[in-house]
Amino acid sequence: MTGFLLRRLVNYVVLALVATFLAFTLASVTFDPIGVLQQRNPPPPAATIDAKRHDLHLDQPIPERFVTWMGGVVKGDFGQTIANRPITEELGRRAGVSLRLFLLGITLGITLGVLLGVISAIRQYKFSDYFATIFSFVVLSTPVFVIATLLKTGAQSINNSIGSNVLLFTGETTPGFSGSWGAALVDRLQHMIVPTLTIVLSQVAYYSRYQRSAMLDVLGSDFLRTAQAKGLTRRKALFKHGLRTALIPMATLFAFGFGLLIVGGTFTERIFSWFGMGDWLITGIQNQDTNITATVTLFIAVCVLVSGWLADVLYAALDPRIRI
Amino acid sequence: MTTILNEGDSAGTTGAAQGSPVDAAPDPDKGTSRGRLVLRRFVRNKAALVCLALIVVLYFLAFCYPLFTQWTYDQQDYTSFLVPPGGTHWFGTDKIGTDMFAQVMRGLQKSLTIGLLVGIISTSFAALVGTTAGYFLGWTDRSLMWIVDLLLTLPSFLIIAICSPAFRGKTWLIFVGLLAVFQWMITARIVRGMTLTLKEREFVKAAKFMGQPARRIIFKHILPNMASLLIIDATINVGSAVLAETSLSFFGFGVQPPDVSLGTLISDGTESTLTYPWLFFIPAGFLVLFVLSVNFAGDGLRDALDPSSTKGRRKESKRKALGELRKAKFDVQTERRGMPAPQGEGKHR
Repeated sequence: MTGFLLRRLVNYVVLALVATFLAFTLASVTFDPIGVLQQRNPPPPAATIDAKRHDLHLDQPIPERFVTWMGGVVKGDFGQTIANRPITEELGRRAGVSLRLFLLGITLGITLGVLLGVISAIRQYKFSDYFATIFSFVVLSTPVFVIATLLKTGAQSINNSIGSNVLLFTGETTPGFSGSWGAALVDRLQHMIVPTLTIVLSQVAYYSRYQRSAMLDVLGSDFLRTAQAKGLTRRKALFKHGLRTALIPMATLFAFGFGLLIVGGTFTERIFSWFGMGDWLITGIQNQDTNITATVTLFIAVCVLVSGWLADVLYAALDPRIRI
Repeated sequence: MTTILNEGDSAGTTGAAQGSPVDAAPDPDKGTSRGRLVLRRFVRNKAALVCLALIVVLYFLAFCYPLFTQWTYDQQDYTSFLVPPGGTHWFGTDKIGTDMFAQVMRGLQKSLTIGLLVGIISTSFAALVGTTAGYFLGWTDRSLMWIVDLLLTLPSFLIIAICSPAFRGKTWLIFVGLLAVFQWMITARIVRGMTLTLKEREFVKAAKFMGQPARRIIFKHILPNMASLLIIDATINVGSAVLAETSLSFFGFGVQPPDVSLGTLISDGTESTLTYPWLFFIPAGFLVLFVLSVNFAGDGLRDALDPSSTKGRRKESKRKALGELRKAKFDVQTERRGMPAPQGEGKHR
């Protein structure tokens, strides 16, 4: 089993490196950070432009730039933005914001999604099943930015009808907030509810669909009937024997579902003005900043790597056949 | 010999008769052709039928809207700014007085065109790559599948967004190509899996031993046999492509002004959901309506084309035997067989 997990890890590390290299190269080719400077009126002297070009390593070939940047990354230095601000300083704060959103969203989303899927499979063609199916169809057909905007509008109307700001949806804390430790926590929670709900909704829809079909597969199987025949209660048979088997395909799905989460996170951060990695990515591309873009790509690649590897570990834990 | 073999093969695949690999060969003497069977099953699925009709109506509206309105999408009415829906402006106007009906229809047109193109291109490409990998195996397979894995782990959204400065101000067809590049992988995987089983079938082996070149076997024998899967996937890919397109356009990384797409329209409307709701809710409603219809119709198509699915019949018998306890178990089994393959949906990334 260790061999299997190690092989997968090496595979993921190579994929992460290739992804980062690809993003870096593409960004270097398509971005034109000097263009803004050149179009300035009156035009800056050629020496300024050359100095800037040298600062951004634009006078080197792209592979060399990548090696320079990667060499810095290994030492913990992610380079500088176009505006000459060190990236490393901002990275920690932004990664924290994103990870909090991702982890909370994915934990709640998977738990609720699996639960909903199992319930609708067990109570197939009952009202709850139809409701869950229609819910996930509608959510999966609605882009995240529409869901986020709708939730924001909903929160605003709730606030208006209550008459006080209970649900906050701009930023992740109130700027300049000062108060006791408890009050600060409440403030953060108020900011967190709506954005997290955005992530959770699409995750629930995504996982519940697959969990339902995986559970239905298991429900008709012989081993479940055997488990009940030898005297287990239906509930015990379903959860101890049925759910465990039905979770195996979910482990693979978890790795693929992560892409959905990242895109969702980008929109959520942008719409609710959280200054996380997704927001940084959009800023980086809009400012045509290669280093920011490559850093965010590396972050995403590492997230995908960890989740993919975690999925493999889960897979091995759930399916004894892998462990041999 | 060759001609006979080909004739027999094409007879089973012409028109709407898409044999799937698990399906027994349709019996021409029985009267009911496979195409008719599929049609009957699909028509029985009322929700899918309504959705298909909706898709047709939306495409019609998107391309023929100038017949119904006097306004164009880039024309401004200086007498009415931010007018609510009604009167001469059916969907209201925005802050510079552009008619929202014309804009939404124009946006719909762009989004649907991009969706259709991406769906067709990506599915064809997936079919090509999947069959090549599955048929030749060995290093061809390994390297192709590695590319598939790589593209699956790369967030497509990120890469297209990075490339966006390159196609700014150029034709939107580059955008279509980029979207298609990130749409084909999952379908290709499924196609590869099906090729592996089809390869072992007698008619493929016979063709091979008769000395037919690989290209001919793939195009004449393997691909026609998975046409049903390809049609379903193309449908669902259209939906995901529209979602991807609008998401990118929302940030300004996709369709560029002065062109409008549903994504750019929704993006313009997000700031005023409470004050001028029609700017947001109308384009968003059209987008959700379209993608939802595509997903439902795709699901219905899958049920109709899947020979092992009994969903069409099940509904009837279910009505008769409602409340019977034994029925529940039967449903589990039939539903199980008709269930969509887990990889087939939820691909908008």
